[in-house]
Order: sequence, then structure tokens, then C-alpha cells
Amino acid sequence: MPLGAYLTLAALVFAIGLFGVLTRRNAVGILLGIELMLNAVNINLVAFGRFHADLAGVMFTLFTIAITVAEVAVGLAIVIVIFRVRRTVDADHLDLLRG
Amino acid sequence: MTPRVGSATLALVVLGLPFASFLLLALVRPLRRSAPAAAGVSVAAILGSLLAALLTRGGAAARAPGQSPSTTWAWIPADGGPMATVGVMVDELSMAMLLLVALVSLLVQVYSWAYLHDEPRTSLGRYYAYHSLFAFSMLGLVLAPTFLQMFVFWELVGLCSYLLIGYWYDRPAAARAAVKAFWITKLGDLGFVAGIVMLWSATGTFDFWTLFQMGSQGTLPVVLLPPIMFLIYLGAVGKSAQFPLHVWLPDAMEGPTPVSALIHAATMVTAGVFLVTRTFPLFLLTPDLLTLIAWVGAFTALLAASMACVESDIKRVLAYSTVSQLGYMMAAAGAAAPEAGFLHLVAHGVFKALLFLGAGVVIHVFHTNDVFRMGGLRGQPWIWVPFVVGTLALAGVWPLPGFFTKEAILAGVFDARLGVPFVMLSVAAFLTAFYMFRVVSLALFAPPHHAGHAHPHVPGTMIGVCVGLAALTLAMGLRQAFGGDHHAIGGPGWLPWFSLALAGGGILLALAMYQWRSIDAARVARALGPLAWMARRRYGLDGLFAGLYRHGLLTMARLVGWIDRYLVDGVLNVLSAWTLQAGDGLRRLQTGQPQDYVYGVALGTLLLFVLAQWGLR
Repeated sequence: MPLGAYLTLAALVFAIGLFGVLTRRNAVGILLGIELMLNAVNINLVAFGRFHADLAGVMFTLFTIAITVAEVAVGLAIVIVIFRVRRTVDADHLDLLRG
Repeated sequence: MTPRVGSATLALVVLGLPFASFLLLALVRPLRRSAPAAAGVSVAAILGSLLAALLTRGGAAARAPGQSPSTTWAWIPADGGPMATVGVMVDELSMAMLLLVALVSLLVQVYSWAYLHDEPRTSLGRYYAYHSLFAFSMLGLVLAPTFLQMFVFWELVGLCSYLLIGYWYDRPAAARAAVKAFWITKLGDLGFVAGIVMLWSATGTFDFWTLFQMGSQGTLPVVLLPPIMFLIYLGAVGKSAQFPLHVWLPDAMEGPTPVSALIHAATMVTAGVFLVTRTFPLFLLTPDLLTLIAWVGAFTALLAASMACVESDIKRVLAYSTVSQLGYMMAAAGAAAPEAGFLHLVAHGVFKALLFLGAGVVIHVFHTNDVFRMGGLRGQPWIWVPFVVGTLALAGVWPLPGFFTKEAILAGVFDARLGVPFVMLSVAAFLTAFYMFRVVSLALFAPPHHAGHAHPHVPGTMIGVCVGLAALTLAMGLRQAFGGDHHAIGGPGWLPWFSLALAGGGILLALAMYQWRSIDAARVARALGPLAWMARRRYGLDGLFAGLYRHGLLTMARLVGWIDRYLVDGVLNVLSAWTLQAGDGLRRLQTGQPQDYVYGVALGTLLLFVLAQWGLR
């Protein structure tokens, strides 16, 4: 398969993730969207690594996955704390920074 | 060279002693608080100064012609030689003035001890500290070899004048008079300093001697010189109380009488005349300005004399007389006879100090300044004889010094073909004799007003100083009468008789009106109705200055306030209001919802992407 196919897939996944981040009202859904976007990046890294015969891309992907895990752990922890305090995780109601 | 260096060192001693005394009195509190010690230090310092001045005089004569009389040291360093120098200028002019200042200072300080005997003892130290500072400043002014140094001392004497007029600072009138004197002389000083700076920028030097050399070689800027010298003359107008800046001097009489004698009659007010005399080679290059100086001087002399005729405060009469005599001196300078003016300055310094100190004795006796509430001193020759000697000298009666110097001035003005000023000065001479004898008749010889009030016991020190000054006046006059230097006075042959007739006429008229009562003074005043009315109101000049201050200055202040409030602040207020509105509008962009921010980031990235792809190519 050509490189373009992988990149198209990655772009689609990224767009779906971004769409989820922008439209989801639930904080957990937003986190899922972010995961999709990060995985689109991973696809890109692996694809480029493969086509350039360079293992660095794969290595970076491993790092990214590890960091993603940590990020999700922290993100979910924050969501749980928000739920405890506000009794909701609806993004429409989380507007403490409104000007 | 040796005597010159010696005289310069001596001149520094003359300066240093009063300054040391001032520092001692100002810094050592116990000394200042103990009256006898403070007076002792101050008097000893000025006595030392006087002796050093006498010694300096010996060295000054040993100067070769054409040699600079100045000894200077570098002051403000600059590339290519010092920008300004300080030093002492030891020549005949400064020596004569030095002796006058030191002598009158000494006598006045001694006299003050008796005169201010009833003052709180602790405040006398302050008085003597000011006096020491004044002596230092005035001597420094006299010795200054550069415009800049002269200006520094010029301001210092102005400060001392302010401090001593306001010596009784708890009296509102004295405080106001002090401020008035300070402000009005500052008006003139503004011109003075501007003139000095302009002269410096045109020639690159402050030094009198260098400037005189440039003047005689014709290397001074011809176009700029008249305005520069006019500005410098303005300083003299303020200090020497020339019309229209004379209004501060009569008010300055709120100070203690010895202060009036020293500062506002004998020495400081003559600084303006001294300035013109000192820099006369420069004024000589601007003949139009000299004519103006002569006219202003003569007009001042006449105006002040007319105001003295209707004044009833003995010190104010003397103050107006001082203004009038200063006008005489300035007129002499303007008529290109500065040496006559300077001789009058020295003679006037002695006999006007005598008159003021004599007036102090009379005030001491009657506890009032009003001449109509004095009188009955015929039995006290020790009081009235010195005063009458001073009066005769001022009126210009042979053989007292006023006669010779006034005649020299009239001769100078006559020779300069200044017709109108000559007439004005002649009338002023007549009026001088008149108002002085009016004071003598009313204050000394009139029937006592109410006998019980007076206490004719006067301290011997005060009488002694007055008698000493009277003897000095007499000696100066006799020396001129029989010393054989009378030939120097030019003018037509009838001039001595003319000036004597003016003095005699004034004296006779005053005696007829106030002594023998053969002419009714009230009827004379009625006959001269509008003139007397105007003179009594000081020709509205004081009111004019007060009005200028109250209305002109305050209107300007209000205008500036309006501009500040509505233009300067207005711009800022409008800007800040716009900023507030803009901020309020932009505030709504901040929804606080993370997704909106992500929208912004996504759109921005997209925009950058599009631009990178197509826009920026």
C-alpha cells in the first residue's frame, strides 16, 4: 500500500477525533477524542518510519503510547474530581473561566 | 607680582572671616543661643575683615597699568581650559566699595547690639548669623572678577535681604514684605542671568577683564550686545530699585532699622549701581542703552522724591529717598559719568546709613515711625546733630559730600546733553532738600506730641555710632572741599550755585511750612491736589503689581489648570474609556468552555495551513 493511504487514514482518524473533542459534551467523550487524535499521530509516525526504513518512528510511537496512558490517567482523575465537586461532567456547565 | 598675590590673599581673608563667623554661628548651637558670644564672634570677624580690607588697599595701588587686577582659579573644568573661574578682583573700585561695606557692616552690627537689646536673647544669634552671611556675600559680590561669581553672590545678598527683612517673621507685614522683596528682585535677576548666559554663549567667557579687553579690541558681537546688556541692566533695575521695580524697597522697611541702614540703604541696593559701574566698559559700547539708563534713573529719582514728600513714616521717607538717590547714581552712569555715580554711592552709603541709624534712635525714643507723633528733641543735641548732618549731606549743602557728588552727577548729565533728565534731577534735588527738612522739622524740632510717652534715654553705643558716622561724613566733605580734587567736576560755572540754590530753596520751603508755619501745608497740598493724591497712592504702582499678581498670575494659573484638567487629562480619560469599552466587548469572547478554545486553535491552525499552502507564495 502506498504511503498516501496510511496518511489518509491518519488524517481521517485525526478529523474524527477532533470532531469528537469539539462536539462531545461529556468530558469522558472529549478524552476519547483526544486519544483518537494522538493515535492518528502514531499511525503517521509508524508509516513514515516504515517507508523510510527508520526505527526511530516506531520508537517514538512507543513513547507516545506511554505518555498517552499517563495523560489519560491524569485526565480521568481530573474528571472524577470534577464530578465529585460539581456532580456533573457536562462541558457546557464547566465554564469557570468565562469572562 | 608680589604685592598682587599678597593683596589677593588678603582679599580672601576679607571674605573668609565673615564666612567663618557665619558657619560658626550657624552650626554651633550653644554659640548661636548665647547673644553676647554670637555678637562678639560676628563683630570680631567683620572687624578683622575691615582691617584686612585696609591692608588690601595698600597692595591694590601697586598694580602696573594694563595688568589684570583679577586673580582667578579654575572652577568648572571643561575641555580646553576651565569653563568658569573664581577669584578676586582687586582694583580701586572694589577697594573703595570693600571699605564702605566692611565699615558700615561693622558699625551697624555694633549699633544693632544696643538697638535690639529688648529682643529675645536667643534669637539674636540668628540675627548675627544673617549679618555675617550678608557681609560675606556683599564682600564677595564686590570682589567678584566674573559675571558668574557676581551672580552667585548677587543671589546670596538677595537671600540675606529676604532673611533680614523677615527677621520678625511672626509679623505678617514683615513676612509679606520679605517675600515681596524677594520676588520683585527676582524679576530683574531673571534678566540678569539670561544676559550672562547669552554673553557667555557669544563670547565664551564670564571674566570682566577679558571682556573689557575684547571690548577695547572690538571683538565683541555688535548685534547681540545691546539686548544682552539690557538684560544685565534689568538685574540692576531690580536690585537697585529703579522704576518700575522700586516697589519692594519701601516695604523692606519692615525689617529692623539697622538692617534697613545696612542692606536697604548703604550696601545691597547699591549693588545694581556697582554692577553698572563695574561693567561700564561694556555699557559704553551700547550708547542707546546708556541714554535709557539715564532717563530711567532720572525719572526714578523724581518719582521717588515726590512720594517721599507725602510719606509720614520716617523709615519710608528714607526708603524713598534711597530709591531717589539710586536713581541719581544710575543717571550718572547713564550719562557716561560712572565715577560721579560711584562717588555718590560711597558718600550716600555713609550718610544714608547715618540717617537710618539716626532714625533708629528717634524711633527708639518715640516707639513709633510716624513723624507727626514725634518732636521736642531740641534739648537733645546728641540725637539731632548727627541726624541734621546727615540730612544736610543728603540735601547737598556745602561742604558736605552730598554737595560735591550731586553736583558731579548734575554736571555729568548736563555735559551729556540730557536736557529732560537734567531738569528731572534738579527738581528731585529740590524735593530731596524739602522732604528731608520736613522730616527734621516734624520729627526733631516740632512741639512734642505728647510728652509723657517718650523716653529720651538712648544707649551710648547708638549715639556713638551716629556721631562717628557724622564725623566721617563731615571729614569726607571737608576732604573734598579742601583736598583739591574738586577740579575734576566738569559742567558750567553756575552749576555749584544752582545746586546750592536748589538745596537752599527746598530747605527754606520745608522750614516755612513745617517749622515756622508761615505757609499752610494743607493749602499747598490742596493746590497740588491731583499730584499729592497720586503720590499718596504711590502712583498706583504697588496696586499695579499686586493686581498683576492677583489677576494676571492667577488667571494664567486658572488657564493652565483648565488645560491640564480638560485637555491633558481629557485625552487620557477618553483613551481609558475606549480601552474599557473595547475590553468589555472582547470579554465576551472568553466563554470559559474548553471546546470553544479548541475551535479557535483548530481554526487558527487551519488558517495557518491554508496560508502556508497558498497565501504566502
